[in-house]
Amino acid sequence: MIFVKNISKSFAERVVLDNISTSFEKGKTNLIIGQSGSGKTVLMKCCIGLLDPDGGEILYDNRPFSGISEKRKQDIRKEMGVLFQGGALFDSFTVEQNVMFPLNMFTDLSNEEKLERVNFCLKRVNLVNVNNLYPSEISGGMMKRVAIARAISNSPSYLFCDEPNSGLDPKTAEVIDELISEITQEYNITTVINTHDMNSVLQIGQRITFLYNGRLWWEGDKNTILDTDNPELRDFVFSTELTRRIIK
Amino acid sequence: MFAEQVFKKLGFSEVWYFIMNYLSGVFKGYHMVMIRMLGEYLLLMFTTFKRPDKGPVFRRQLMTEFIGLGVDSFGIVAIISVFTGAIVAIQTAYNIDSPLIPLSMVGFTTRQMVILEFSPTIISLILAGKVGSRIASEIGTMRVTEQIDALRVMGVNPANYLILPKITAAMLFNPVLITFSIVLGIFGGWGACVVTDLVTSTDFIQGLRGWFEPFTVTYAMIKTLVFAFIISSVSGFLGYNVQGGSIEVGRASTKAVVYSSILIIFFDLILTQLLLI
Repeated sequence: MIFVKNISKSFAERVVLDNISTSFEKGKTNLIIGQSGSGKTVLMKCCIGLLDPDGGEILYDNRPFSGISEKRKQDIRKEMGVLFQGGALFDSFTVEQNVMFPLNMFTDLSNEEKLERVNFCLKRVNLVNVNNLYPSEISGGMMKRVAIARAISNSPSYLFCDEPNSGLDPKTAEVIDELISEITQEYNITTVINTHDMNSVLQIGQRITFLYNGRLWWEGDKNTILDTDNPELRDFVFSTELTRRIIK
Repeated sequence: MFAEQVFKKLGFSEVWYFIMNYLSGVFKGYHMVMIRMLGEYLLLMFTTFKRPDKGPVFRRQLMTEFIGLGVDSFGIVAIISVFTGAIVAIQTAYNIDSPLIPLSMVGFTTRQMVILEFSPTIISLILAGKVGSRIASEIGTMRVTEQIDALRVMGVNPANYLILPKITAAMLFNPVLITFSIVLGIFGGWGACVVTDLVTSTDFIQGLRGWFEPFTVTYAMIKTLVFAFIISSVSGFLGYNVQGGSIEVGRASTKAVVYSSILIIFFDLILTQLLLI
């Protein structure tokens, strides 16, 4: 479980996160949603330590993560898996080497054991016979799946996904959402997903945090979001023609 | 006003004072940027020079860099060294007019120039272009495509993982390249003399073997090590701090070559003053 307490972050004069407090539950898909510029990515970057918040604290299972030394942050980071928006696969490595990377760095497994784990992770994300391909040789959806395989290869306790289905067609996006949801429940990990895709929200949103202008505006789940009377959230949820037609 | 009086007392004209004043004004705007950059560079080096997380991973990276930064440079080093040695030999022979100067001086001068300056400095400048731009663009691209962020959130020290193998490889392999360059430079000089018939092979070899001071090779190797560190660390620093997109990566790559080249020339002067005078 991750607790975010009174997190604030500004860039120059611009307040991006204003006193945000929330929690991300274990074994659930926790979604952070909001319009572009609402502070979703900054909140996630604060959570994974790529940005230092100006104030407040972040607790990983009651272990403080903000305001500690880089060495102690590194120890907690070893329990994290992160799926970046563009995949962030190492382009000089093959798919197999990418997935094996965390195992090479942080385990003392033999080569056979590492290969077995890599093949298991790749199979888990429905990828076969791609071990020796380079990231430039696979499609966007496959890249995302390789990135998920890399993120779960070291059996993380926390999984962060930054807009996991951006740039993907609706069908592939659904597959990726399903995959993340299944992995979360299967390994009982705390998953935090940053998205503005309403399909994802309605499909896997077990816990939803809505940010508006850098503030926490609403919290709930996929069952309550459509019935909300919060005007800003309604404006966000029903912003597409598709959702408006469905509601009609 | 005091500075103006000092300048006048020292015999400088007002024009010189105006130029110096202008230049100090220009640097006034940049000195804080330069100090900040130096501080960031030192902090990055402090983070880079840590014990690698995994020995086998570091050794594998080192081998890759030996090939990328070292072995792949043999071709260009060979071509430039042979031609530079040949040019030095021909120019020396051309400038020896007096019959009192023996033609063996061509071999001597070629050896001295190749060992003291051409191989360590010119080849390092070439490597600043080839290797420096490669390091800056490789690390810069990793920065803009979030690969460095990915390393960081995995709990890896990205500076240590990416920059340390490159610095180590450059410092271990550049002396090999420079030694190779010295041998080929002298061979190029000998070849040019023999082919053009300016100096006989016997005269050239006689000069080559005469008045040899072993410290010149030590001096060349010290310079090589310093230049290798400059090229790899400065390029790594500039690539690591790229912010933006592909244009900034290109800019960092160019800056890496320019800054490394300037620093090589600057440290060449300092090392020559310290070691030879």
